[in-house]
Amino acid sequence: MARIETPADLEQYRLQLREKFGKYQYAVSVCGGTGCRAYDCINVFETLREIIDKKDMSHTVNLRLTGCQGFCEMGPLMFIHKNGIFYVRISPEAVERIVESSILGDEVVEELLYKSPADGRRIVHQQEIPFYNKQRRFLLAMNRDIDPLNIDDYIAKGGYGSLAWALFESSSEEIIDIIERAGLRGRGGAGFPTGRKWRIARQAPSPDGIKYVICNADEGDPGAYMDRSLLEGNPHQVIEGMTIGAYAIGASEGYVYVRHEYPLAVHHLLEALDQAREKGLLGKNILGSGLDFDIKVSVGGGAFVCGEETGLIASIEGKRGMPRPRPPYPANYGLWGRPTNINNVETWQNVPLILQMGADEYAKIGTEKSKGTKIFSLVGKINNTGLVEVPMGITLREIVYEIGGGIPRGKAFKAVQTGGPSGGCIPAHLLDIPVDFERLQEVGSMMGSGGMIVMDENTCMVDIARYFMEFLTHESCGKCVPCRLGTKRMLEILTKICDGQGTNENLEALESLAADIKASSLCALGGTSPNPVLTTLRYFRDEYEEHIVNKRCPAGICQALITLRIDPDTCTGCGACLKICPVEAISGEKKQPHSIDPEVCIRCKLCISRCPKEAIYTE
Amino acid sequence: MKHISLTIDGIEVITTPGRTILEAAAEAGIRIPTLCYDPRLEPYGSCRVCLVEVEGQGRGFLPACATPADEDMVVRTDTEKLRGIRRTIIELLLSDHPNDCMTCESAGNCELQDLAYEYGVRKPRFQGEQHHHEAIVDNPIIERDYNKCVLCGRCVRICREVQGVGVYDFANRGFEAVPGTPYNRPLTETPCEFCGQCVSTCPTGAIVSIPSKGKGRSWQVRKVRTTCAYCGCGCQIDLHVRDGRIVDVSSPLMVGPGEGNHCAKGRYGYGFVHHSDRLTTPLVRKEGELVPATWEEALGLVADRISKAVKEQGPDSVAFLASARCTNEENYLFQKLARAVVGTNNVDHCARL
Repeated sequence: MARIETPADLEQYRLQLREKFGKYQYAVSVCGGTGCRAYDCINVFETLREIIDKKDMSHTVNLRLTGCQGFCEMGPLMFIHKNGIFYVRISPEAVERIVESSILGDEVVEELLYKSPADGRRIVHQQEIPFYNKQRRFLLAMNRDIDPLNIDDYIAKGGYGSLAWALFESSSEEIIDIIERAGLRGRGGAGFPTGRKWRIARQAPSPDGIKYVICNADEGDPGAYMDRSLLEGNPHQVIEGMTIGAYAIGASEGYVYVRHEYPLAVHHLLEALDQAREKGLLGKNILGSGLDFDIKVSVGGGAFVCGEETGLIASIEGKRGMPRPRPPYPANYGLWGRPTNINNVETWQNVPLILQMGADEYAKIGTEKSKGTKIFSLVGKINNTGLVEVPMGITLREIVYEIGGGIPRGKAFKAVQTGGPSGGCIPAHLLDIPVDFERLQEVGSMMGSGGMIVMDENTCMVDIARYFMEFLTHESCGKCVPCRLGTKRMLEILTKICDGQGTNENLEALESLAADIKASSLCALGGTSPNPVLTTLRYFRDEYEEHIVNKRCPAGICQALITLRIDPDTCTGCGACLKICPVEAISGEKKQPHSIDPEVCIRCKLCISRCPKEAIYTE
Repeated sequence: MKHISLTIDGIEVITTPGRTILEAAAEAGIRIPTLCYDPRLEPYGSCRVCLVEVEGQGRGFLPACATPADEDMVVRTDTEKLRGIRRTIIELLLSDHPNDCMTCESAGNCELQDLAYEYGVRKPRFQGEQHHHEAIVDNPIIERDYNKCVLCGRCVRICREVQGVGVYDFANRGFEAVPGTPYNRPLTETPCEFCGQCVSTCPTGAIVSIPSKGKGRSWQVRKVRTTCAYCGCGCQIDLHVRDGRIVDVSSPLMVGPGEGNHCAKGRYGYGFVHHSDRLTTPLVRKEGELVPATWEEALGLVADRISKAVKEQGPDSVAFLASARCTNEENYLFQKLARAVVGTNNVDHCARL
């Protein structure tokens, strides 16, 4: 298809596409997100396509392999548009029945429907599933409805309309005003007002007039995959957002910095960029407006610290990815010394949405200071693992218990970690706080980019702090002393405590180190690195003390501090534990209660996982 | 020129725009401790020792070396909190340091030692894993012992920013980060010119000069300021003299045209001074043998021979060959002698050092 030369062309093309898509009798979306791919959704999709082809129906069924639809726990997922039927955990063998009953007919295949764990009820429609119905999916909704490798899908859904409006109906200043009035704040962690950031970059003088916009897709928090899913599922909205930003700021070149561990995102993005260029929506004289703007993709090595703005810039420039002191801020002195505006994937995706909704309408979502929605990756000890998009101001309780469906196997909730490794652990008594930038910070955590790890009663908070500190120690770039050596020493102290070697002096040293690292580190990675320790100390100090004073791990996790025992009254002597024990620590006659020799036992807990009677416990 | 005024430790300081807080403070006689700072290099901000409190600034602590002084800034350089942070940083550094000052080449000339002394850190509160790198002696000039490295990056930066060579960079990250050459090749297999700039900037004993090892601590030598005789640049150097012999050479920071930088010759080319082959008097050839002579005798002989040649064969029978080791002024006078006194344009010089 030829270049789109004017906004009128774009509208006409959109109408053509809608007419074309309208001719399909059926539309089916199979989730092709990375999570569902792990469940072999590609096989499901290929089977579906074969059946459709065999029935010679490819011109009547619009089949899409989409980006992540969010409910990763239940993949592979399938959504049938005409009747809204939503299937979960589909196997390739089930596809034929789905085609016959639900695509050609309007029958429901009961056993493929989502089953509510609460009452065992089968739920037909996506929107009725508790996981979905509390969400407000402004960004993620598109993931279900478009094929990320087909720009036509995005255009038919109104894509690039915001860009056309910005270029022809609005001025750069006005765009910044709108973003500011909408109250959009950076979704990458710090929550800096996006409009203000843009204005600084717009006003910053450039030695040769060149300015840059960058999309930070260096998502690195363990367990977080919001940005990956947005880039995989809807790359055009990122491109559109960046182009609008470039117009507002006066930038002529853009970069997407994305980690090489995201091959699907890179592939979809590169394909999308090619298609946008072909259509004249990127490159020279975009939509005939005179705006020249293009985007390059810079694939990073996956260092956590390259998510920090100055580290990211150094990496694009081909240098070692290490942050530098600010000021000067990138808005004044960024990539190759030019004014540079960096926002993350989710922030950029919000831009076209805001122009489409209008600032006032957008600002109605959320709280006074935190507007719009936020996507979280809800993981850990939670029933409904997945990506959730919620309005700011929703409580943690609603996310964990209503959307997330609570804790598996009826265990008690203990804490939720937000903000990634440099965020903090929020305890049960704070579950009713609203999720917004300020409140999360007040309780010692932060919004971060949207990781949300739920922990149950069997989680040791000292061990958790140790885990995050290990991650941060590994990811420190080594430039500044407090982060390089401070995190290392903190990790060593935490390890000692977990090993039962901790002393009260260790605890004091830990606290004083944490305070000094927070105050003196060069970049945000170091500055926030003590947060997991500080919040666990704040809310779970008794657990630290148990480890130190009584040499006990209350959650039964720290291997040096636990003993595994078999309850003789419950044990039936089935021998399952005896067979799996790798060190032959378990003995006992058949059908007689077994016992564990604590001298030999390495506390790997394999026996616990194997015991059918739950007779083995830790103390 | 426009001036800006700010308050540092209660003192009103007037400085020129573009100066850092560290520079502005120095102008006012306020010393802020540093470790990764070297005036020859771009600000880096890694050691965090020079952190100061700036009112109304985000987290409140900014590196004085990298933060531009600004109008009406209110800066404090020596609060209880700052001293606590500096102590912690020193303790952290010493927790991964051999602490072998007794035998360290740099004792007395070590910025880490000075900091520990100033902040009274005897024994760090934190113990843990330490590095045990092998000392690298892969050439006769520069020894590297990364157990003493504080990762200030000064060697990396001086080689790149000042020398334009870039022999070093960091490898690995976090606790394992360490400076080094590409693929840990010996310095002799890199473009290293052995200028010793990395030695000159290293704040600890991590990079030292082999020729001066064990020959005298900084308090045992007398420093004699002189002008380097190798070329006409006129770099100022300090000869480190002990027992009447030169044991090392350094270059005073921000003094003279070199501003503390030096090349391999100025730094290491002092072996000739005490060499047995060195000429200490002029020699005149008599009956085929070179015989020691006085300057009067030698210069008189040269003058006679030149006069004779000019008289018999004309001025162009004589040529004047000068040395690039002379200063511009000396070379100017030399050609003046050739052209104006003798009357020939046959003037040249060796064009190499």
